[in-house]
Amino acid sequence: MTKFIDLTLNGISTGAVYAAVALALVLIWRATRIVNFAQGAMLMVTTFIAYAVINATGSYVVGFVAALASGFVLGAVIERVLIRRVEGGPPLNAVIVTLGLYTLLVAAAGMIWGNTPKSFPAAFSIRGYEVGGTRLLFAPNDTFIVVVVIAVALGLAVLFRATSIGLQLRAAAFKPEVARLLGVRVGRMFTLGWALAAVAGSLAGVLIAPSIFLGPNNFDPILISGFVAAVIGGLDSPPGAVVGGLLLGLALSYVSGYEGSSLVPLAALVILIIVLMVRPTGLFSATKERRV
Amino acid sequence: MLTIEELTTDYGPVRAVDHVSLEVGPGSVTAVLGANGAGKTSLLRTITGLVRPSSGRVTFDGEDITRLAVEEIVRRGIAHVPEGRGVITELTVEENLRLGGLWRGRDAAPQEEIYELFPRLQERLHQPASRLSGGERQMLSIGRALVARPRALLLDEPSLGLAPLLVAQIMSLVRRLADTLDLAVLLVEQNARSALSISQRGVVLNLGRVVADVNAAELAADERLRHAYLGF
Repeated sequence: MTKFIDLTLNGISTGAVYAAVALALVLIWRATRIVNFAQGAMLMVTTFIAYAVINATGSYVVGFVAALASGFVLGAVIERVLIRRVEGGPPLNAVIVTLGLYTLLVAAAGMIWGNTPKSFPAAFSIRGYEVGGTRLLFAPNDTFIVVVVIAVALGLAVLFRATSIGLQLRAAAFKPEVARLLGVRVGRMFTLGWALAAVAGSLAGVLIAPSIFLGPNNFDPILISGFVAAVIGGLDSPPGAVVGGLLLGLALSYVSGYEGSSLVPLAALVILIIVLMVRPTGLFSATKERRV
Repeated sequence: MLTIEELTTDYGPVRAVDHVSLEVGPGSVTAVLGANGAGKTSLLRTITGLVRPSSGRVTFDGEDITRLAVEEIVRRGIAHVPEGRGVITELTVEENLRLGGLWRGRDAAPQEEIYELFPRLQERLHQPASRLSGGERQMLSIGRALVARPRALLLDEPSLGLAPLLVAQIMSLVRRLADTLDLAVLLVEQNARSALSISQRGVVLNLGRVVADVNAAELAADERLRHAYLGF
């Protein structure tokens, strides 16, 4: 029973991180109908930036803010400089551009920071809470992870639902041409969509880095989990991304705890296949049908 | 005030709009008529910048707007209600209306003005626009265009798929808008008879070319043109 509780709590904590990555993918998919294969590399770069800032200033908070801020800028610049040229073109062009960007960022990070994984500090203690004499697999830092991800998800929800910028972001995502005819500066909305997405991704990076170490290739599994979570949620639904992330986190935690951690990547892909077979539009998709 | 001079638009080797010139003044309705594929929609899309012309000029209030971005053209005061109505079905009725006036800020028309024109919209304010009927969608997209207080209104087939009674209502509304708001209206229609009934001028397009640009009453009376291009 203790094991089950431990695995559940642990699943919620990693699920929150998957949710943040899934949010990043979903926001970009909604805004520009592009699956951003470079997302893992982008959040790796911003986590390295946080690492450098923490080393220079000795302050976790400053590093955390630097990760989010650099994510915002990186997302906006990438959309403006690279993605703008392939938007509305054949989907394959965008796929190749994001794959190329992935390779570029990973190589550049290796050249700047080296390929040996580094340890990254956690915001709070990673010693589990003690309840009735037993130590849980859930620490203050896990509370921090869950709270921050929920806060960011709620913040995004408010931005999208309750502000005029959010209304323009949604209009630009759903019907760019109509939005344009209503005076919405659609290009800026796409840039902002990418920037916000990259912030969610950067958040996932700094939150997961303490448990996986920081290296140019260490974030690739997170991207796969985030992608599966996004598909579970419907690929174009931010609430779906959060729910998908948590469900996947739980499922993988149980697989890892009861069957062994080597099965986790396999389990993620099995879940992906099952979701695509049983409910290809995901749990929360806004569109009635979608062909992948 | 909206002047189109020698406008030409090509889709690859296909010439959709071929040296079209026309003018619309405030408070007047100009009908653009012609068969499917005559270039009517392409003409409107070129005016608002959705498609780039190969040559020619569009001026609005004396300013050359031919090469401006779509958003900038719209922000000069030209509203374009696209074919198929362009309601954003994922948003609510209220959100669609609000979106139309965002760029105007405080100068946007209060939504009450739109409800006065279209009381049906007020009843369905917080429903997703996907629940609206065809006629209601048409009302929503025209209402949404008016929120920004435009000075020119481009309508692309507002009668498409609507019952005859609704068509008549929409047409008389367009006439009323032109008169009361001093709007310059460019009305693209296949339904030539009802369009001409509310227009001052009628322009007939065929294969992208202007084959007639005359007084609307005169056009409605011209049997030769009517038979050849308008099908009635």
